Amino acid sequence: MTAVLTVHDLHVAIGRGGGATNVLRGAGLEVETGEVRGLVGESGAGKSMLGRAVLGLLPANAAITAGQITFKGRDLLAMREPERRGLLGRSIALIPQDPMTSLNPVKRVGAQIAGLLRHHLGLSNRDALERATELLAEVAIREPRRVLGLYPHEISGGMRQRVLIAMAFACDPALVIADEPTTALDVTVQRQVLQLVERLRQSHGAAVLFVTHDLGVVAKICRTMTVLHAGRVLEEGETADVLTRPRHPYTRALLAATPRADRPAEALRPVPPALIESLWAEAHRLDALSMARRA
Amino acid sequence: MTDILLRTGRLGFAYPEHGGLFRASTPREVIKDIDLAVPRGAVLGLVGESGSGKTTLGRLLVRLLTPTSGGIQFDGVEIGAIGEAEMRPLRARIQMIFQDPQSSLNPRLRLAVTLTRPLQVFGRLKGRRDQRDRAAALLDLVGLPTGFVDRYPHELSGGQRQRAGIARALALEPDFIVADEIVSGLDVSTQAHILLLLRELRARLGLTMVFISHDLSVVRVLCDDVAILNHGEVVEYGPVGRIFNSPQHAYTRQLLSAIPLPDVEPGWLDESSPIVTSHSQGSAA
Repeated sequence: MTAVLTVHDLHVAIGRGGGATNVLRGAGLEVETGEVRGLVGESGAGKSMLGRAVLGLLPANAAITAGQITFKGRDLLAMREPERRGLLGRSIALIPQDPMTSLNPVKRVGAQIAGLLRHHLGLSNRDALERATELLAEVAIREPRRVLGLYPHEISGGMRQRVLIAMAFACDPALVIADEPTTALDVTVQRQVLQLVERLRQSHGAAVLFVTHDLGVVAKICRTMTVLHAGRVLEEGETADVLTRPRHPYTRALLAATPRADRPAEALRPVPPALIESLWAEAHRLDALSMARRA
Repeated sequence: MTDILLRTGRLGFAYPEHGGLFRASTPREVIKDIDLAVPRGAVLGLVGESGSGKTTLGRLLVRLLTPTSGGIQFDGVEIGAIGEAEMRPLRARIQMIFQDPQSSLNPRLRLAVTLTRPLQVFGRLKGRRDQRDRAAALLDLVGLPTGFVDRYPHELSGGQRQRAGIARALALEPDFIVADEIVSGLDVSTQAHILLLLRELRARLGLTMVFISHDLSVVRVLCDDVAILNHGEVVEYGPVGRIFNSPQHAYTRQLLSAIPLPDVEPGWLDESSPIVTSHSQGSAA
């Protein structure tokens, strides 16, 4: 298998000079062609930051201080800006977390999808709208033609997330980055959305980097997974192996602290605070080391 | 006979829907004919998806909203229709913990003031010294360092803020607490700590609780009984062990099977797969 995406020893810091805070501390992962890799972590782990670094959409105050990102054998960080921009939405697409704020509120759904298709695939307006209808049908939206004429506020949250999924797969990208796409959804809607992502990924032949905090979601949709904490990879491997035989104490602790509907309450074990403290101490020790090396 | 602290009888709530100029106004029913009974010292879970009416029901139980039909009995007293003046003495016994401690704690006040505000409102505070002592005792009760009396909410982590929210709800030593989605925004590593804290407090203080959540897994950790809400109606209601092990209603089964358990399960993503109850093998709680 070949890797679509390789992230190697990535360091990202927020802020400048002495006040800079590291958010990624040498994180690395590979996403192979056609696979779904889960990137799991709690808040502050740096998982969304890693996704944004791949997309070239880091916040203005964040910067990559070291590392490589390779997409289909090409060095993304050495690429000129216009070329990299050209990949966005075309070869590397994003399913964003928040379906409420990720669509333009003053443009009809149809115009937003058609605009993307015209820009990247050079379709005529007519062909683009025709293709947009097919895409909405593909994400199981009934009456797709009518929905094309609606504004985002006129459709439900679940339906908005479907529109965003349709847009992500619209140009047959090689890689889709899904950034907690089901976090805001009810469980029954979440299941439908996960089913949809799986179906479209297969029919469009895309690989997916699935960013989430939910080990249950990872178990259901990801073949491989990477566990991130404080910007470092603590464990990675095939999902079936990691979940049944976790090697890192943090992964084991997270699994034991996840409430399960199929087990009585007595099984729940909170994450020992000492474990989290020691992981952060280790991260800060690494920060001090790299500071000293640079000085 | 069990001692029921809170009971609702055909409880209903409708928002007035304003019609147009030439249209009659038709009330929109969001809570329909709900019968619940919470025994003293028990925890009832209210589960539903967005729009199910679970938050509205919680607000009715603490009388932040007034029912439009049916009644609520608290410790034998009918409180569904009474006015604010009659309600006031009961307010100290009925408390609520809110979902988002970030927005429900005043960012400009130190915890000493915020936590003891309910005591002040009820005239149970005797000066500065007493305020600090009471706040420190409350912090200790929820497992926070007593030195936090001088902290502001932004100096706390998410889990610590939620502990502070719980401490404030306990200030008046209530008998009954409604907790609305209080662990939803928390990371797994923090969430389990808060759930176990609530279990411990319940045992220590003999609290009676209604725990509102969209997450059935969390409900199983804490609750004795669970009521499943759908479109403002209770579709299934019973002991946690029974509901999780042999759900009767199709909607309950659908909710349970939609929960992604952290086990690899090929076929879970098949869109044609029928609703399966993979939750039936767990032992009764």
